[in-house]
Amino acid sequence: MMATASAPLWRRQWRAFRANRRGFWSLLVFLVLFVLSLGAEWIANDKPLLIRYDGAFYTPVLNTYPETTFGGFFETEANYRDPVVRELIEEKGWMLWPAIRYHYTTINYELTVPAPAPPSAENWLGTDDQGRDVLARLIYGFRTSVLFGLMLTLSASAIGIMVGAIQGYYGGWTDLAGQRFIEIWSSMPILYLIIILSSFVVPSFWSLLVIMLLFSWMTLVDLVRAEFLRCRNMEYVRAAQAIGVRTPVIMFRHMLPNAMVATLTYLPFVLNAAVITLTSLDFIGFGLPPGSPSLGELLGQGKANLQAPWLGLSAFATLALMLSLLVFIGEAVRDAFDPRKFLS
Amino acid sequence: MSLLELEQLTVRFGDAAPVVDRVSLKLERGRMLALVGESGSGKSLTAMSILDLLPASATREAKALRLDDENLLAWSETERRRLRGGRIGTIFQEPLTALNPLHTVEKQIGETLRIHQGLSGAAARQRSLSLLSQVELPASEAMLSRYPHQLSGGQRQRVMIAMALANDPELLIADEPTTALDVTVQETIMDLLKRLQHERNLGILLISHDLGLVGRFAEDVAVMHHGKVVESGPSEQVLSQPQAHYTRHLIDAEPSGTAIPVPDDAPTLLRADDLQVSFKGGRRGWFGPREETRAVDRISFQLRRGETLGVVGESGSGKSTLALALLRLVACQGRIMLLDQDLTRLRGGALRPWRRHMQVVFQDPFGSLNPRLTVLRAVEEGLRVHQPDLSRDQRRDRVRQLLREVGLDPEALERYPHEFSGGQRQRIAIARALIMKPDLLILDEPTSALDRSVQAQVLDLLRDLQRRHGLSYLFISHDLKVVRALSHRLLVMRQGQVVEHGDTETVFQRPEHDYTRTLIDAAFSTEKKHAVAH
Repeated sequence: MMATASAPLWRRQWRAFRANRRGFWSLLVFLVLFVLSLGAEWIANDKPLLIRYDGAFYTPVLNTYPETTFGGFFETEANYRDPVVRELIEEKGWMLWPAIRYHYTTINYELTVPAPAPPSAENWLGTDDQGRDVLARLIYGFRTSVLFGLMLTLSASAIGIMVGAIQGYYGGWTDLAGQRFIEIWSSMPILYLIIILSSFVVPSFWSLLVIMLLFSWMTLVDLVRAEFLRCRNMEYVRAAQAIGVRTPVIMFRHMLPNAMVATLTYLPFVLNAAVITLTSLDFIGFGLPPGSPSLGELLGQGKANLQAPWLGLSAFATLALMLSLLVFIGEAVRDAFDPRKFLS
Repeated sequence: MSLLELEQLTVRFGDAAPVVDRVSLKLERGRMLALVGESGSGKSLTAMSILDLLPASATREAKALRLDDENLLAWSETERRRLRGGRIGTIFQEPLTALNPLHTVEKQIGETLRIHQGLSGAAARQRSLSLLSQVELPASEAMLSRYPHQLSGGQRQRVMIAMALANDPELLIADEPTTALDVTVQETIMDLLKRLQHERNLGILLISHDLGLVGRFAEDVAVMHHGKVVESGPSEQVLSQPQAHYTRHLIDAEPSGTAIPVPDDAPTLLRADDLQVSFKGGRRGWFGPREETRAVDRISFQLRRGETLGVVGESGSGKSTLALALLRLVACQGRIMLLDQDLTRLRGGALRPWRRHMQVVFQDPFGSLNPRLTVLRAVEEGLRVHQPDLSRDQRRDRVRQLLREVGLDPEALERYPHEFSGGQRQRIAIARALIMKPDLLILDEPTSALDRSVQAQVLDLLRDLQRRHGLSYLFISHDLKVVRALSHRLLVMRQGQVVEHGDTETVFQRPEHDYTRTLIDAAFSTEKKHAVAH
């Protein structure tokens, strides 16, 4: 008992996190998927990972080589899927291909059936209506979704926690003004605003992030504010004030950790909401620029091509898996921050 | 035939050692049996197991559990549920949380009437009014339509009693019914219970930690310790000639001793002149003036080095607000002179260096420590602010030294507050206040939430610290026994004003104000009330 009681806090929390088996495994699976998707260029690409040609090594994923390097005719970048280029290289060496020989932009011109093509040995999850490999687009789409969601969640939470903390700690007029502003701000029709904005700002990853940040920082404000309102009259906060601890330190050391449990419980939902919003914007066509790999766009194709169920099903399965994993992880994180769990 | 008979009741959580261990009790009609013990002794669990209200993780075994010679153990779940609020009434400690804040008095009482007697409408209202008059509340429509927050603590407890009586119970279980109330209100509530006991021939099972109260009101007493009944019998006999070692220990734990004398030439440390704190309430109408409540109303006093000033008063008298004002944690008017510096003129950063001279210990041992900080981090906080040049190891050493001084294991640095008992937490809070070597310690009810025997230890510690470091205390309490054991001078507060101010012994011997006299009577009387003969 003594040994467990004196272990550092983070280790006890890590233990509580691991005690939630489902959450722990979800984290492992999610991390593996996320790390793999970060290296999507090495898994799904229309360029070989490594080329041995004429006694030298080439890495087309990292560098751009003109076709002439390999004895071709054009000064432009080599198209390694071109049978001519392939023959040229294999004459004097070999090529190491990634597991999936398609980039999310690659169009499979060798399809024997009209696009969208059903799953086959060449395109494991079939192709979309422009002949692009679904699996490749899923991998890149997953990466975009998660990165977008993470960035939006982190920045929105940081702003939300700060605003909530200030409102809750000072109370009174500060609180009143903040609450009224949030009420007005949150009654803006977000989707319409984004549609309007996207008509004069070219939607890109970053502009979408900023626009959505404008409207999504409010989720956590109420939670943190309520927790700070409750905490500011606690005797230990009074004691810290009596000691003369500076206000930001009191907020950070004494009050924020108490607000963190409620906050962290919400984080996976905020993350999920961010992913879903991006997906739905893409679905209706106001999201990322055309051609970007995106789960929403794939869902939209699934809707337009009901005769090709692999489109909708793959997008749905990916979304469901990602959202469930995030929720399970969130539950385990909540356990880890619950003193009744990590101290027992 | 006894009203209630418990034979060999055992309650345990999982496979752990039993928390109630083979307890046997007998309660006769028309008598009051007090179950006495410190927190954790299993007295509440014993009562809850009669009501079938144990937590789900607890298991109960008993040879017999008889109400009026009927074995409750053989009854079905539904039959036993009907007992609760029917033949057995219950009163809890904290009437504010036991009453639903969203329901009027009428609805609260009406609910039990509806469930158990099927009464509603006019009949229920009639019955509620008669119940109100029985518990000595005004039997009026206005009373029925009040919400719990509109009632005082004593009134709330009376409503609880009315609810418990609604279905003419034979047995009343009162779990610390007066602990959350002021001393003068405590008396009236106990008087009421006693009257009902006689009038209705009720059996009352009183759960209490207050031996004084038990001695005056209960006919029988059973002393519990670590889940066992260590002694039982008529209360006069048990309390005057205790047999068990533990009972003697409990009786001896009543606060005793007096303050250490202060030298006559001790310099003045703190002086408050015309201190005033007022809170603004809501407006009258839309544009009317704001109502103003004066929580502290022109209070002046002086405190010398090494001296203890006791501040006494009931809840709402402004004692705690006075403490917060002195600490400059609420806005106030007047002057606070600490070491010849007027604190009311300083704000923000200029005030910070002065804070180390004046520290505070609060009442609630659970709320006064941040549950997420280790002992080390909690205690060293003052050093981080006032001596930022100390290294980590130096701070650690100082914390160790302080823990030793307040009687804690210095190796407990990395542990969290929840691993400590209430008394130990209070010691940690004292260590946190002392680490900056303050001159003045403001103690806001530091022992009120503790058991009597722990209380005595904390008082000894405080007295010891005062002697060694020449500390001055401002000791706030509603418990006159505790105040008497520690204070040199006394300040009696009522509704924000000082009603009496003088040397402790003078005030206790010859109280000048009626209010002081009432307080002293309630706290020190030992006269037996309304007991029935054996």
